[in-house]
Amino acid sequence: MELEQLEHIATAVRRDIVRMVAAVNSGHPGGSLGCTDFLVALYFDIMKLKKEADGTPIFDMDGRDEDLFFLSNGHISPVFYSVLARAGYFSLDELSTFRKLNSRLQGHPTTAEHLPGIRIASGSLGQGLSVASGAAYSKKLNGDTNHVYVLMGDGEQQEGQVWEAAQFAPNKKLGNLTAVIDFNHAQIDGKTDYVNNNRDLGAKYRAFGWHVDEMQGNDMADVIKTLKKAQEDPDVPTLILMHTEMGFGVDYMVGSYKWHGVAPNAEQLTQALNQLPLSVGYSDY
Amino acid sequence: MKKYEYTEKKDTRSGFGAGIAELGKTHPNVVALTADLAGSLKLEAFIKDNPERFVQCGIAEANMIGVSAGLTIGGHIPFATTFANFATGRVYDQIRQSVAYSNKNVKICASHAGVTLGEDGATHQILEDLGMMKMLPNMTVINPCDYNQTKAATIAIADHVGPVYLRFGRPVIPVFTPADQKFEIGKAWTVNEGSDVSIFCTGHLVWESIKAGEILAAEGIEADIINIHTIKPLDEEAILASVKKTGCAVSAEEHMISGGLGDSVAHVLAQNFPAPLEYVGVHDTFGESGTPDQLMQKYGLTADKIVEQVKKVMGRK
Repeated sequence: MELEQLEHIATAVRRDIVRMVAAVNSGHPGGSLGCTDFLVALYFDIMKLKKEADGTPIFDMDGRDEDLFFLSNGHISPVFYSVLARAGYFSLDELSTFRKLNSRLQGHPTTAEHLPGIRIASGSLGQGLSVASGAAYSKKLNGDTNHVYVLMGDGEQQEGQVWEAAQFAPNKKLGNLTAVIDFNHAQIDGKTDYVNNNRDLGAKYRAFGWHVDEMQGNDMADVIKTLKKAQEDPDVPTLILMHTEMGFGVDYMVGSYKWHGVAPNAEQLTQALNQLPLSVGYSDY
Repeated sequence: MKKYEYTEKKDTRSGFGAGIAELGKTHPNVVALTADLAGSLKLEAFIKDNPERFVQCGIAEANMIGVSAGLTIGGHIPFATTFANFATGRVYDQIRQSVAYSNKNVKICASHAGVTLGEDGATHQILEDLGMMKMLPNMTVINPCDYNQTKAATIAIADHVGPVYLRFGRPVIPVFTPADQKFEIGKAWTVNEGSDVSIFCTGHLVWESIKAGEILAAEGIEADIINIHTIKPLDEEAILASVKKTGCAVSAEEHMISGGLGDSVAHVLAQNFPAPLEYVGVHDTFGESGTPDQLMQKYGLTADKIVEQVKKVMGRK
């Protein structure tokens, strides 16, 4: 897909995010806005996905013969839901049910409500890299050459299970796995460096046997270039440190950990939407 | 009292090993995982025949549960194996989110459950696992009684779609159930029919219940002995039919009384047919080091204790 088109989609997704969160006065806009470019690139350009002849995505839990994505930091569900809806997995209208009673769009993603596009529940942090490793292993056993992607937070790297999985994937030669860390240096209680400094994450993964790369997560061209490069070695998994800014696209949120899990009020929402103008051919839900 | 004979003693974990070895031949999607305990879980035969379908995770149980959940995506049936303590308490949240809530077809296979683990002591002797696992929505919980039943259960869970917790032990105990038995998940097995008292037993306590039944029969008390190998879903029909006949019950399990089989039986009775119930199990305490037999004695997990509780409960009728 053309870069310009991807950027238009990213803007529409960012509008969805602030509107969804504002509508229920609850949810996580900061990390969602920061990871928007990555998820748009993944679903609209990078991943090989099963589709009907008319372009409608086909979803099944097994996900054989297609690329897979797992969201480990489940609290950024608004961006995940918006991208899935805009990719055609379910109706855009359904975004308005986010975090409401009887919705398939739970606060954190779940398989229990059978929302197409979601293959694992996430919310309790630290589990996604293990699940993605299992799915990558499953593909190898099936002789399926498709790729598995997982997104984690940088604060999430404080969870011990992440490092169990970080040892596992290179030892099992999971070259069909790409893990991405949203390196925005922010978590609920403050700057990650202050809460519990990750120090040199790249060096840690490299020491465990990963290929390590970096990309500018709010630069669509760089995201696409780096993700394409990540699939080259069949035996070594890749870890990408994705430099993003929490709240990217909304000036009063940018770089502030205070917008990790806080919704904008009506006035702030208007302000945000004014900074995210829709392009012709794209609409709100 | 029906007569039960045994010619040999075997550990239930070897029944698991034999069962999964057979699955290796019949179920190409079964994958065995372990966290540095392949030998303890008797996986050798499976590994020898299916090296590519064996995943050694190292001492990293949380990752093993997550990898298992991931393996189901793509159609594999993971059997995640380790000691019961590390298979449940250590990874409760991983099981809760990635397996039970996500409703993944993962089989958590836990050996060395209960005090019969013996000399290693309380850190390894989990007595709360059945409770933790039965509280999880979507989870099926199975606790078979001897080598043959454990083998049959292992084979049966491969064809059951959904998360399963399968619990077994370390010591050698009498093999008294038929080798060709049909294992029906959720269907209790009547060991002996009697009309004076119901004994609901599971795991290692089934053989103790049979011995208790013989002692009671010699005194003219006929016990309805029912092996509840599936803790969840519970065969409520069998429990109620038995207690409606006998009017009182004893539960027997190598588990904490709180949260175990006895708790489940009490719930069924309280809701449907209030009747006196006494428990054989561990009362709110951790285990300790000792031989399995010494520990079974000390914590009252014996035929004699079952007899004592039967007399007590019959007096409350």
